[in-house]
Amino acid sequence: MQFGIFSVSDITTDPTTGRTPSEAERIQAVVTIAEKAEEVGLDVFALGEHHNPPFFSSSPTTTLAYVAARTRTLQLSTATTLITTNDPVKIAEDYAMLQHLAGGRVDLMMGRGNTGPVYPWFGKDIRDGIPLAVENYALLRRLWDSDVVNWSGQYRTPLQGFTSTPRPLDGVAPFVWHGSIRSPQIAEQAAYYGDGFFHNHIFWPPQHTQRMVEFYRQRYEHHGHGSADQAIVGLGGQVFMRRNSQDAVREFRPYFDNAPVYGHGPSLEDFSRETPLTVGSPQQVIERTLGFREYVGDYQRQLFLIDHAGLPLKTVLEQLDILGEEVVPVLRREFAALKPAHVPEVPTHASRVAARGGARDATVHAPADDVTGQAREEVEVR
Amino acid sequence: MTTRTLAVVSAGLSTPSSTRLLADRLSVATVDALRARGDDATVEVVELRTHARDLADDLVTGFANTSLQAAVDTVTGADGLIVVTPVFSGSYSGLFKTFFDVLDKESLTGRPVLLGATAGTARHSLVIEHALRPLFAYLRAVAVPTGVFAASEDWGGADGVDRALAARVERAAGELADIVAGRPSSARPADPFADVTPFDQLLRGKA
Repeated sequence: MQFGIFSVSDITTDPTTGRTPSEAERIQAVVTIAEKAEEVGLDVFALGEHHNPPFFSSSPTTTLAYVAARTRTLQLSTATTLITTNDPVKIAEDYAMLQHLAGGRVDLMMGRGNTGPVYPWFGKDIRDGIPLAVENYALLRRLWDSDVVNWSGQYRTPLQGFTSTPRPLDGVAPFVWHGSIRSPQIAEQAAYYGDGFFHNHIFWPPQHTQRMVEFYRQRYEHHGHGSADQAIVGLGGQVFMRRNSQDAVREFRPYFDNAPVYGHGPSLEDFSRETPLTVGSPQQVIERTLGFREYVGDYQRQLFLIDHAGLPLKTVLEQLDILGEEVVPVLRREFAALKPAHVPEVPTHASRVAARGGARDATVHAPADDVTGQAREEVEVR
Repeated sequence: MTTRTLAVVSAGLSTPSSTRLLADRLSVATVDALRARGDDATVEVVELRTHARDLADDLVTGFANTSLQAAVDTVTGADGLIVVTPVFSGSYSGLFKTFFDVLDKESLTGRPVLLGATAGTARHSLVIEHALRPLFAYLRAVAVPTGVFAASEDWGGADGVDRALAARVERAAGELADIVAGRPSSARPADPFADVTPFDQLLRGKA
């Protein structure tokens, strides 16, 4: 099982000091956080994509490539990549490029994005959210899995004899997750392709997560990728820890009360009861997290949200220390002991290459002019 | 004998509240009217006052907490609804509207509903027609033709209820009972997972 963190890249005022970090500070901080995640023994760092303040992460592959260069084992992922408003051609290119630079330590999570105004900024309409996610991903798969693509669809210009470059590393595309809080169609999409399904598992009660995961597992089996309990499931989660649980509650409360998304509503206690939020001792986090398995089954990836709502970098790094030293080692051991042998781990680049019968150079050597990119036939016609 | 479920939504704020009094009159009359048509009925009352904070939390978080979810399930699972609001600033109260705002917009489609309102003065008596009826039309619920409005003066007659109000209550209850008794029992809210379009159809653009 993999453990890690995900960041939504919000730039939020620290409610205890009234201070708001600059973009420059937050961008450096997120790199520090990612490096620290590897240092304390976590497996995954995932970064969100947003195209409006108060977020900075409009260009996740740039950040992730930089993080890749400064880490050795950390798996890099997204939370989420906007499959609706990004051109699938650009996603295919950017993430294949990142995959090469990171030596295969890349997977990504598709999401529709829930910010209405973003769609028109990229020439799209939020009412087409699901059909866009369906068509764009179908094209993305073609672009990664076929060297030459002829394609036409509803939402972008047709492609004739198009080759997306670079080709996926070793001829194997990055593993893909699909994230959705409430749309069964997205769980169905993940199941259809045999991809992973990730539930945010932060904003809503666990019953919603349970229902979505159950549906995804059922459909995964239906589409013939394996038994329901072999489907690849990831969960989010939100924790804040101090040795003493009262200290955790006291310290986190102002961040909770003023948090974007759910702040100024329910009390910390109400929200902790109704959702998976856990604010308390490391032991409480261990127990709550182990409990997730009871309603989603044996799952493959657990990501925690720890750097949001204006929490200062120093605090976030302390949280990572606690996760790495006290929480994740226990979770790793306990989850591993509970997991039956036929339940797979998260597919990695190495395991996917092995499953494909080994690495191959996937480079497409076009018979084209090095400088102009024109193919011989085109040149000769002139 | 079929047992029907009636859910009563009352947005009254005081105790006792005339809104709740009207809701009770309407539910008793509807149960009687159903019995007269050969059906039994159970009544569950949702007092929105007890969910005031839950509703505000739902607006902020996007989900109903356990307590509110139980109320939502009661309402969306009932065979017939009786909804009563006090008139605030010329319309239904914000609390009343918020409850219907947080319901899934499909969840009351086709559901029989009796509309009621209370106010301090008869000058608000068209509030059911100009405020409540459009709201329930939007929700595609089936509102019975008679809405029951009660102003302070309606409560002053013999045995607590003016005869004209009693007649309106009885007529509205009869209209609700007619629809409820004539339908197959309770259309439960659709399970969003029950009929998800298979993916090959989604791929062909038939979402």
